[in-house]
Amino acid sequence: MQVYGEHEFPGKLIIVEGIDGSGKSTQLSLLGQWLRREGYMVFFSEWNSSPLVKATTSRGKKKHMLTPTTFSLIHSTDLADRIERHIIPPLKAGAIVLADRYIYTAFARDVARGVSPRLVRDLYKFAVEPTKAFYFRVPLDVSLKRILGARAALKYYEAGMDLEMTEDIEESFRLFQGMIRDRYEEMVEEFGLIVIDATRSIEAQQNEVRSIVERELADVPKHAVVNLGPE
Amino acid sequence: MQHRPKHKFEFYGEGLPGIDLGELQGRLIVIEGPDGIGRSTQIGMLKSWLESNGHAVLDTGLTRSELAGMGIEQAKEGHTLGPIALALFYATDLADRLENEMIPALRAGFIVLTDRYIYSLIARAIVRGAEPEWIKSVYGLALKPDAIFYLRANVNHLIPRVLRSPAGFDYWESGMDLHLGDDRFDSFVEYQTRMLAVFDSMAEQYGFNVIDATRSIDLMYKDLQRRIGRLLRGI
Repeated sequence: MQVYGEHEFPGKLIIVEGIDGSGKSTQLSLLGQWLRREGYMVFFSEWNSSPLVKATTSRGKKKHMLTPTTFSLIHSTDLADRIERHIIPPLKAGAIVLADRYIYTAFARDVARGVSPRLVRDLYKFAVEPTKAFYFRVPLDVSLKRILGARAALKYYEAGMDLEMTEDIEESFRLFQGMIRDRYEEMVEEFGLIVIDATRSIEAQQNEVRSIVERELADVPKHAVVNLGPE
Repeated sequence: MQHRPKHKFEFYGEGLPGIDLGELQGRLIVIEGPDGIGRSTQIGMLKSWLESNGHAVLDTGLTRSELAGMGIEQAKEGHTLGPIALALFYATDLADRLENEMIPALRAGFIVLTDRYIYSLIARAIVRGAEPEWIKSVYGLALKPDAIFYLRANVNHLIPRVLRSPAGFDYWESGMDLHLGDDRFDSFVEYQTRMLAVFDSMAEQYGFNVIDATRSIDLMYKDLQRRIGRLLRGI
């Protein structure tokens, strides 16, 4: 097992982070379209997408069975499965892997729930360090307007209702998003997250993201890297 | 029930949040050892004996959590989870059982008998390539038991036991996911040999009480009874 910072692959791992409603998924999707048009092999990896672990996570959430510790562990199980299955193999093949949320989401959420910062960082030592990690910074009232305006129902854990701060789910969501935002802000320096001002136009943000990613592409192959070894 | 000396639990690492260790009254006893060594037979006998002496007993074991037990079994059915994900799935299962079963039982003064604990999980992960320090730090969430009885026997002793069960050489107990041999027998021998080596290397660090499991069921039981009796008297 290689630990954070030790992996070396021909491919690149680009990840986006930010609170709900920061517009990060839109930006990642636009980035992917551009990279494909440029001829690169692109692979998308979504948060919470491991089918095997998903059933357990969903049941735990639906029945409110998760404590801060088991919430943290089940999400680490999911990300480990994604990394072993969907991130490392494409990186070895020379793909640009685009991940919507990564370990920093876990750090922000779990620490907001009261898990020790050191513990959750140790837990995710198996993770591949991203080539570039973008953090879409947005004022809370802007993101809340986007989310609460567009969506019918907030979910229990998503709103941080398990923290029992208030009975009002919308108020709990506001408070919880604020706590997560604070954790992200603390991580900017610790992990060298690249801050993108998410109040600017979509086009301006995308141009900035592309110009930063472009600098990493010099040695990225446009075809699969297959080392068949000695004859 | 006899009155017990003052007792204090500890976690291996940072532990679980929101637990007052001073409240835990019971005793946590671990039975570890390889597949087919007779752990569940011993646990069944010990439970009856302890209960007939007036102790309340909770018995538990791997993958029995309400949260993650089913998911792990399904994942193992399909043989599709990677080694790190599987290790963390087991950690989720253990944390769920600690928080919802074992700690509440200890708080109520039960004797908790667990069929395997973090040591099997650490050994399985290490044999599958996990970094030892990493997987040990993950289990910093676990309570230190009052006693760990490690039922130990060499691989030659395990084979006749496996052959006595109708299932024979099980996929996971033979470490088939590691591709160690041409068939389940070869793989079983290699896998169990590696597991034994990791277990032996942990014996001192974690303070295992090694129980010679090449003896008869009855002799092993007498030995365990004697040691647990002594533990409960606080000697």
